[in-house]
Amino acid sequence: MIRTEEMLLNVGPQHPSTHGVFRVVVKLDGEQIIHADPVMGYLHRGTEKLAENLNYTQIIPYTDRMDYVSAMTNNYVLVHAVETLLELEIPERAEYLRLIVMELQRVASHLVWWGTYLLDIGAMSPFLYAFREREMIIDLFNELCGARLTYFYMRVGGVKWDAPEGWIDKVKAFVAHMKEKLGEYHNLVSGNEIFLARIKGVGRYDAQTAIDYGLSGANLRCTGVDWDLRKSQPYSLYDRFDFDVITRTEGDCLARYEIRLEEIRQSLRILDQALEQFPEEGEIMGKVPRVIRPPKGEAYVAIESPRGEIGCHLVSEGKAEPYRLKFRRPSFVNLQILPKLLVGESMTNLITILGGIDIVVGEVDA
Amino acid sequence: MEPATQGVTFGSVVIEAILGVLTLLIVLGFVTYAIYFERKVIGWMQGRPGPNRVGPFGLLQTVADVLKLLIKEDTIPKKADRPLFILAPALTFVPAFTVLATIPYTSKWIPADLNVGLLYYVALSSISTMGILLGGWASNNKYALLGGMRSTAQMISYEVPLVISVVGVVLMSGSLNLSTIVEGQAGYFWNWNFLPQILGFGIFVIAAVSELNRTPFDLPEAESELVAGYHVEYSGFRFAFFMLSEYVYMYAIAGLTTVLFLGGWHAPFPFLDFIPGIIWFVLKFCLVIFTLYWLRATMPRIRIDQLMSLGWKVLLPLSLVNVFITAVVMEFMK
Repeated sequence: MIRTEEMLLNVGPQHPSTHGVFRVVVKLDGEQIIHADPVMGYLHRGTEKLAENLNYTQIIPYTDRMDYVSAMTNNYVLVHAVETLLELEIPERAEYLRLIVMELQRVASHLVWWGTYLLDIGAMSPFLYAFREREMIIDLFNELCGARLTYFYMRVGGVKWDAPEGWIDKVKAFVAHMKEKLGEYHNLVSGNEIFLARIKGVGRYDAQTAIDYGLSGANLRCTGVDWDLRKSQPYSLYDRFDFDVITRTEGDCLARYEIRLEEIRQSLRILDQALEQFPEEGEIMGKVPRVIRPPKGEAYVAIESPRGEIGCHLVSEGKAEPYRLKFRRPSFVNLQILPKLLVGESMTNLITILGGIDIVVGEVDA
Repeated sequence: MEPATQGVTFGSVVIEAILGVLTLLIVLGFVTYAIYFERKVIGWMQGRPGPNRVGPFGLLQTVADVLKLLIKEDTIPKKADRPLFILAPALTFVPAFTVLATIPYTSKWIPADLNVGLLYYVALSSISTMGILLGGWASNNKYALLGGMRSTAQMISYEVPLVISVVGVVLMSGSLNLSTIVEGQAGYFWNWNFLPQILGFGIFVIAAVSELNRTPFDLPEAESELVAGYHVEYSGFRFAFFMLSEYVYMYAIAGLTTVLFLGGWHAPFPFLDFIPGIIWFVLKFCLVIFTLYWLRATMPRIRIDQLMSLGWKVLLPLSLVNVFITAVVMEFMK
């Protein structure tokens, strides 16, 4: 008999496919995983604790740095929580601007996911195609608020900057361009036999497991659960638009892949309608006191970020700083299912499954 | 080159040596610009300019890269198996160059006209696998070990269909001598082996890409999983040796494909024969190389278990079927 040994392998924190400083300690028998132990916290900055000593406007840039691939939705969840406590009225033009940037951000975030996921699977070109299109979105944001990644665009009561002249037309042009490119993406990748063989049936779980683990976003919808906060608990102006919640029933990586690509199309649909309805004139800031002191009380708001349900629980004592601020971070929650999915899989599937969950380590560790 | 009946004199040895060095230099020049060409082509396919900083149009980029590798500190990990660690790159590199000797470029220019040229190629090229396994083992690194293991499994599995797919060509030309095989493909392009041996050609190309460890079969160095596979601990010039032997093999396989299936130095139509054979050879050769680049820009990577089942369950039976069909048809056409 050949004497075989189990091998302990450290995947990360410095590994090209753990999407940042995330680490998994795997016990391998040959190439098969017997046990996996995720280690997180390498990027922990204590955002929630820091927030207790900052006033509300000062907290917004910290949310930029949580999920840095989708900063706009993070901005929104915080200002939305504060506005809920303050019971503020937001001018329509500001709300439209917020919605447009959030949907653009969703497209950009899914593009980053698509590109990096294919890079994980070994295809190099899609990454560059995805970043080419994402660059156009970033340019649009840059023109709007002067930043490319950490926007600090939204404020309690509205947005900081109005759309510059001609910006809306540029977004319209981008939406048309993106629709065309999405077809090209499908042509290049979605039907590829090797690609399908790699991800079909990999990392499968059922709806009950997904709910038990508290998964959200594409990770939940891939099991057939029709749950998208934009539809189920409409916030902002989402009840005004016509769009579909994409679900699949297979629960595997391919289902998650299809959902994310389809969601780009749905976001473009929302953008089309929002750009049509965009009010010509109007304020971009509501009537907000100089120093924001929400009344004593608590508020929990949740919105649909590209990665799932991002929530913000705010406890106020009536002061300029929050008493306690808690973020429900979808990447962190979704990641919890990883050790369960990895047992029995090969080393190669580790990357496929981890990539399929779509985490941003800044958000996992906050 | 005349067979060994001629007396070996000092002069003939010197000439042999000079010719050998010349071939080496041509190959090195090719490798330098194959890397440049690859980066340019893939760059264009991905909507970016590719290397364009060093020298005019970035032509000196690879030279600069090689110089950088040359002057880098030569590191050997403390826990590595020192002799094997040093031996591995050489063991990979030497066979890569020796196999080139049998490739006939034109009817006149054949570095070594062996009667068992094809066998020689196949036998020597499999030695490189040992170098890769040694490199993975001697590094004493878990990722390198996994990469080395994968690589060995892959190369052994794909050598079998590769060799058997070539048997059809050997049956048709009745020789293992590469220049005789090319002679047998004279005339119009439908006389080239890739049409009568279409099945064998397909298997050969797939198995060859796998032997080269290139996308979609680049598992041994699967960057996203194994970081860099078997050469993760290598740096400086030893790393350059692995890199170089990979590209030399690409050169060798492209040459072999041209010779075995694409008619070598023959023109596609006899009336084009006034163009020198070497130009046709280079054109076909470049076509094969370009296809390899194209694959790299398009394909994702296959998984190791799928790779194995493709090799053993699909390619091997198909290549045996190909041998059988060829033998039967040859027998009836007599």
